[in-house]
Amino acid sequence: MIIASNVTKTFGKLKALDNVSVNCVKGQTIALIGPNGSGKTTLIKSILGMVVPDSGFITFDQHNILHDWNYRERIGYMPQIGRYPDNMSIAQVFTMMKDIRKKSAAVIDEELIEEFGLNGMMSKKMRTLSGGTRQKVSASLAFLFNPDVLILDEPTAGLDPVASEILKQKILREKQKGKLTLITSHILSELDDVVSEIIYMQEGKMLFHKSLEQLQADTGETKLAKAIAQIMK
Amino acid sequence: MERFIKIIQCSIIVLFCVSAFQVQARTWKVGASQPCKTISSAIAKAADGDTILIYPGVYKEGQIILTKRLVLKGTGYPVLDGEVKYEILTIRSNAVTVEGLFFKNAGRSSYNDIAALRIADSRYVTVRNNKFERTYFGIYAQHATACTISNNLLTSDAKDEISSGNGIHCWKSDSMHISNNTVSGHRDGIYFEFVSNSVISNNKSFQNVRYGLHFMFSNSDNYISNIFSDNGAGVAVMFSKNIGMSNNTFSDNWGSAAYGILMKEISDCVAQGNLFKSNTVGIMMEGTNRVKMIKNRFISNGWAMKIQASCSDNVFTENNFQSNSFDVATNGDLVLSKFEKNYWDKYDGYDLNRNGIGDVPYRPVSLYSMIGEQNPSSMMLFRSFIVSLIDKAEKMLPVLTPVDLKDDHPLMKPLKL
Amino acid sequence: MRTIIKYVVVDLVKSRIVLAYTFFLLAMSFGIFNIDENATKGIMSLMNLVLIIIPLVSIIFSTIYVYNSSEFIELLVAQPLKRKSLWMSIYSGLAVSLSLSFVIGVGLPVIIYDGSATGLTLIVAGLFLTLIFTGIALLASVLTRDKAKGIGVSILVWFLFTLIYDAIVLLLLFQFSDYPLEKPMIGITMLNPVDLSRILILLKLDISALMGYTGAIFKEFFGSVTGIGLSALMLFLWTIMPVWFSLKKFQRKDL
Repeated sequence: MIIASNVTKTFGKLKALDNVSVNCVKGQTIALIGPNGSGKTTLIKSILGMVVPDSGFITFDQHNILHDWNYRERIGYMPQIGRYPDNMSIAQVFTMMKDIRKKSAAVIDEELIEEFGLNGMMSKKMRTLSGGTRQKVSASLAFLFNPDVLILDEPTAGLDPVASEILKQKILREKQKGKLTLITSHILSELDDVVSEIIYMQEGKMLFHKSLEQLQADTGETKLAKAIAQIMK
Repeated sequence: MERFIKIIQCSIIVLFCVSAFQVQARTWKVGASQPCKTISSAIAKAADGDTILIYPGVYKEGQIILTKRLVLKGTGYPVLDGEVKYEILTIRSNAVTVEGLFFKNAGRSSYNDIAALRIADSRYVTVRNNKFERTYFGIYAQHATACTISNNLLTSDAKDEISSGNGIHCWKSDSMHISNNTVSGHRDGIYFEFVSNSVISNNKSFQNVRYGLHFMFSNSDNYISNIFSDNGAGVAVMFSKNIGMSNNTFSDNWGSAAYGILMKEISDCVAQGNLFKSNTVGIMMEGTNRVKMIKNRFISNGWAMKIQASCSDNVFTENNFQSNSFDVATNGDLVLSKFEKNYWDKYDGYDLNRNGIGDVPYRPVSLYSMIGEQNPSSMMLFRSFIVSLIDKAEKMLPVLTPVDLKDDHPLMKPLKL
Repeated sequence: MRTIIKYVVVDLVKSRIVLAYTFFLLAMSFGIFNIDENATKGIMSLMNLVLIIIPLVSIIFSTIYVYNSSEFIELLVAQPLKRKSLWMSIYSGLAVSLSLSFVIGVGLPVIIYDGSATGLTLIVAGLFLTLIFTGIALLASVLTRDKAKGIGVSILVWFLFTLIYDAIVLLLLFQFSDYPLEKPMIGITMLNPVDLSRILILLKLDISALMGYTGAIFKEFFGSVTGIGLSALMLFLWTIMPVWFSLKKFQRKDL
């Protein structure tokens, strides 16, 4: 569904992505793993078109994303640090997004908003929110339009265990609907029961892309965290 | 007593004679279906005091020379056509009246001043309610005395100064009265040379190639309530004395040598109650002495006044200066003229004792006007921030502008004029 | 696109700075017209205000706004929107709000007190300056990542166009006063939008004086439709070019 071919991106002297090729298929739940500064976020941003690669290209359903911005309609994105206009309320942010997407009410999925209890604080201004609440808003927005692809950048960072669990259950439910989910995370244990594929990145290079079973077989570890730790040695 | 009766008798006889004579004056009718077919034939038959009544039609009779004391009167504007060859009518008799005629296509010449109507060596001639079209000189008076030229409409198609004549041209004349005429499309609208004791009033002179009004060597004349607008170079008063100019309007004279009035080598004149509006230069003074300017309005001119250093003893008082790009410009350091109690809208002084008169003098010469004079390209920067800074500095500490040119008692509010 | 413009405008109005700016302009305009005896003099005083304040506020405010809405931009870039329409919406929102402030703050008093052709020219010139300096602000903020640096560049650009440029031109004018400078002067003026606007007003306000100069080129330029047409065209280019460049930059920018 999403194919990145030989994508390279440099910021000044830093090579954020070095000849990265990825193939993501519908129905997969992929964990994007790697140390800080390994290029995970840059890869995600490249897929979203927020970062324009120096060379290589990315296709979404066989369409080069460089020329076709409409594919973003089918992606729900939850950024690492959600930044929102300061003097908008939560309700206004949701309204604005709905305004921009112009989807019919039937498609809209407000499950997370309810489960996170955001309904009670809709009139709060974005600048007054705590980091966790912001993440809740970001997560709710990502799932709001029932997209085919979910891209979640460090989704559980800053969330309390309860919210974290709610989000995990939501991801699982969406997985069952056959959606493609891309997650970056460094808290490995939490991902164990969701993930079906692993992409491991280091210093802008993709080291491997394996299914969970394959990885477990290769390392002889059943726990994902341990399997990864084994590799990092 | 007897003597008294005799006087009365004589008077009655004289009166009777006079009125009998009046009755005897005849009217000759000219027209296609009238007794006389041509004007010339009617004039030939007529005697002094007769009236020639001309009916509508086109009369092409070459040059008509009038040497009898007649009244030439047109009804319905009969056309006298000069076929671009002839001077149409020449008056060489006193007390002639010409009215209601339409003079067209007068002759043109580069060595002769051909006019549509010439008044030569005559007195008491009246020219009124006529129309002139496509003429070289319109009305030309030479050695004329006490003639009246009024309510005439003169238009022509002058293109340049060389191939055109003046609308109303007076030369070596005296006590002329020129009023309510409208002149356009000539070289000079009204031209005076060696004319004295005359009055020019309520005329409109516009769109002439050179001057709306041109005075040369003419003394003791008055021009009142005229409108001079959109002429090539405005109005010129030169080499004259004792000219009165009041309540005239001088407007829209644009060009590098265009002035509301050009005053050159004149003295002892008074200009009062005039309006100078939207001229490149309101008044240009060269070699002007003892001229008084009182209660005039200078509005939206490029320069309200340019006073050359050759002028002296002029007085400017109680005038309004509003919305001019520059108020006064001069070409030297020496200023022998006096400014007093004028209203300058650029004045930004204060009036602490509230007597309506500013407490600090106003200097009407701006530095940038002098810079512009030397370097015209610098006008591109006029009114920019940096230029206003420079101007402000110069106003506080005059270095380049003449120190003596100032109004010590500027008014705080405009005069109601 | 209209949706985003709506959000930008609402956001701007809410920030109250635009409102404050409107009231400031209104107060200044009414103040000037009340102090000065005749309207023409008022127009002249307002002209200085328009030529200095309008570019300053437009460029600084717009630069700060673009930096402050980086979150908003980041949020929307991930949405199914063309970058072009996002960027143009931000420009339009800023331009509309600032122009509205100007029309209310300066245009309204001018029409009430003066209403002459000169007044209308002043309004047109002010609107052009608003659009141009908003565009330059967008270009400055897309070129520099750092907020402080971007604002610095904006202030410098404003300072350049309102003062330094003219000072340099004046200096050159006297250095080379022996040469015919009319044509170069016209060309040099065309490169500065503030000078262009000033000349547009000058053509109405001081045409009598400008006609007093003998130079044929000047006369041709000032006296005909060519002058006004050319100035208007240049202002138009000044309005479009910075925005266009900023758009090209923004389309390739990494967020």
